[in-house]
Amino acid sequence: MADMVRASGLVKRYKSVEALSGLDLTVQEGTVLALLGPNGAGKTTAVRVLATLLTPDAGTAEVAGIDVLANPAGVRERIGLSGQYAAVDEHLTGYENLEMVGRLYDLGRVKARARARELLEQFGLAEAGDRPAKTYSGGMRRRLDLAGALVAAPPLLILDEPTTGLDVRSRLQLWDVIRELVAGGTTLLLTTQYLEEADRLADEIVVIDHGKAIARGTADQLKAQTGGERIEVVLADAARRDAAERVLALVARGPVQVDDDGRSLVAPVHDGQRALARTLREFEDAGIAVLELGLRRPTLDDVFLSLTGHAAEADPSSETVEVSA
Amino acid sequence: MTTSAPVRVARDGWIVARRNLIKIKRVPEVLVFVLISPIMFVLLFAYVFGGAIDVPGEVDYKEFLVPGIFVQTVVFGATFTGAGLAEDMQKGIIDRFRSLPMSRSAVLIGRTTSDVFYNVISVTIMALTGLVIGWRIREGVLDAATAFLILLVFAYSVSWIMAYVGLLVPSVEVVNNASFIVIFPLTFVSNAFVPTESFDGVLRTFVEWNPVSTATQACRELFGNTDPSVPVPDAWSMQHPTIYTLLISMAIVAVFAPLATRQYKLSTTK
Repeated sequence: MADMVRASGLVKRYKSVEALSGLDLTVQEGTVLALLGPNGAGKTTAVRVLATLLTPDAGTAEVAGIDVLANPAGVRERIGLSGQYAAVDEHLTGYENLEMVGRLYDLGRVKARARARELLEQFGLAEAGDRPAKTYSGGMRRRLDLAGALVAAPPLLILDEPTTGLDVRSRLQLWDVIRELVAGGTTLLLTTQYLEEADRLADEIVVIDHGKAIARGTADQLKAQTGGERIEVVLADAARRDAAERVLALVARGPVQVDDDGRSLVAPVHDGQRALARTLREFEDAGIAVLELGLRRPTLDDVFLSLTGHAAEADPSSETVEVSA
Repeated sequence: MTTSAPVRVARDGWIVARRNLIKIKRVPEVLVFVLISPIMFVLLFAYVFGGAIDVPGEVDYKEFLVPGIFVQTVVFGATFTGAGLAEDMQKGIIDRFRSLPMSRSAVLIGRTTSDVFYNVISVTIMALTGLVIGWRIREGVLDAATAFLILLVFAYSVSWIMAYVGLLVPSVEVVNNASFIVIFPLTFVSNAFVPTESFDGVLRTFVEWNPVSTATQACRELFGNTDPSVPVPDAWSMQHPTIYTLLISMAIVAVFAPLATRQYKLSTTK
């Protein structure tokens, strides 16, 4: 499969801050890549470079085989960008917004009009289409903005924090819309600070912090990298802690962690189901009562914390984790 | 579909202009508030300060005043251009435009063009206000048309200055304050409200070469709001106000259109 986006060594400095410090990025055609990172990690800067809105201080980038720096106009014909703010003109109706964008993409009047109606329909805005966007809810504005990015059916769609600031329901709706698009074969580059969003939408995730990729892989690979499955126990009686720890040590593949309260224990395990069954039996036999006992896979939150949390404390270069994709 | 570059600039510019005009249609209140201040100025100067201001020759102060108010109105109106761009920038609309394969100058051309329409509306309203308080057009239709044309051309050039300012500063509020710093001295250190003769020395020279003065002078002469027996100041600009105003308008556009376009390409929402 061809690469839709290929960027290497991107650097962008603002006065004293280095927003990007040597970012490499590849997005394969027909896939979804999530750029995941905290606020200020450089996600938006990266996206703006690829969308030709910013010129990097160093590095190269190609979109659909076209050099972003040498031929920005060519790149603009092949991307649809929906930014952090819903860039809709609130005085225009939804229809007028989309028609304007279509005409600016050089679709011609007739096609631009037809496309506007089609997109309003597709995004559940048909009824609101002739009302000024001012009257729209936050979720509707985002959908309209997203529709604007799709007017010319671009080969690459770039969404910069598409659901930031939305309520849960609107977020779920937007995810559905995005998933449908992606199922249709659109290549998507997505930035997000929500792990769940990356987990749900992306084929591949690049974790970015301090302007650099600090890990990459599928959600599963990243989770496995952070530690795989583990058994978590909360004891009914803290006095049985030592006994419980001995049991867990039998199934654990690493040191058993005991929380400060002395009642919660965590043990990393290999074969989760079997280890859990054995723990349960051993607890039964020893008469150890539990409030909670469960098998847990790490969430992307754990990944994120372990990656960026360390990076924030120590020398970031020594913390780089590479997960082979 | 392929379209040649100049056609694209014009067409994209018009698409953007149409968008701005829809806003005036949807939110006419904007127009009302912007026009209230010139109307207040007319009333203030005609009925409050007017009695204390001596105009040379046999001309009523109200006739002297109204062309000056026209110029002031269009210069203040240019703030609209800057504020509009700053607002688009704040809301991320400029980013959307910049990510589209459209002409790079179209957003600015569209904005300044739609503001010509805006100026047509505001000058019309000011003219009606003027007629109500006793201002009259005393020369031919052609002269009057030329006067209005000069107003619009001059206004267009000031729009480009404000477009540049609007892209340079971070918010609409700052545009309003920044433009005030430029516009206030330009309109008040001019012959718009008081005769040139009331200034001395360096200020007098500034007034004579200030395009606000020459635009005002050109309008007064073309509308017939001057007393021909009163000598015009000797400065070349005041002797040839129409030509001077047109030349300086062109110069302003020649300088500020490239500056604003460059700023448009550079500027990004933070």
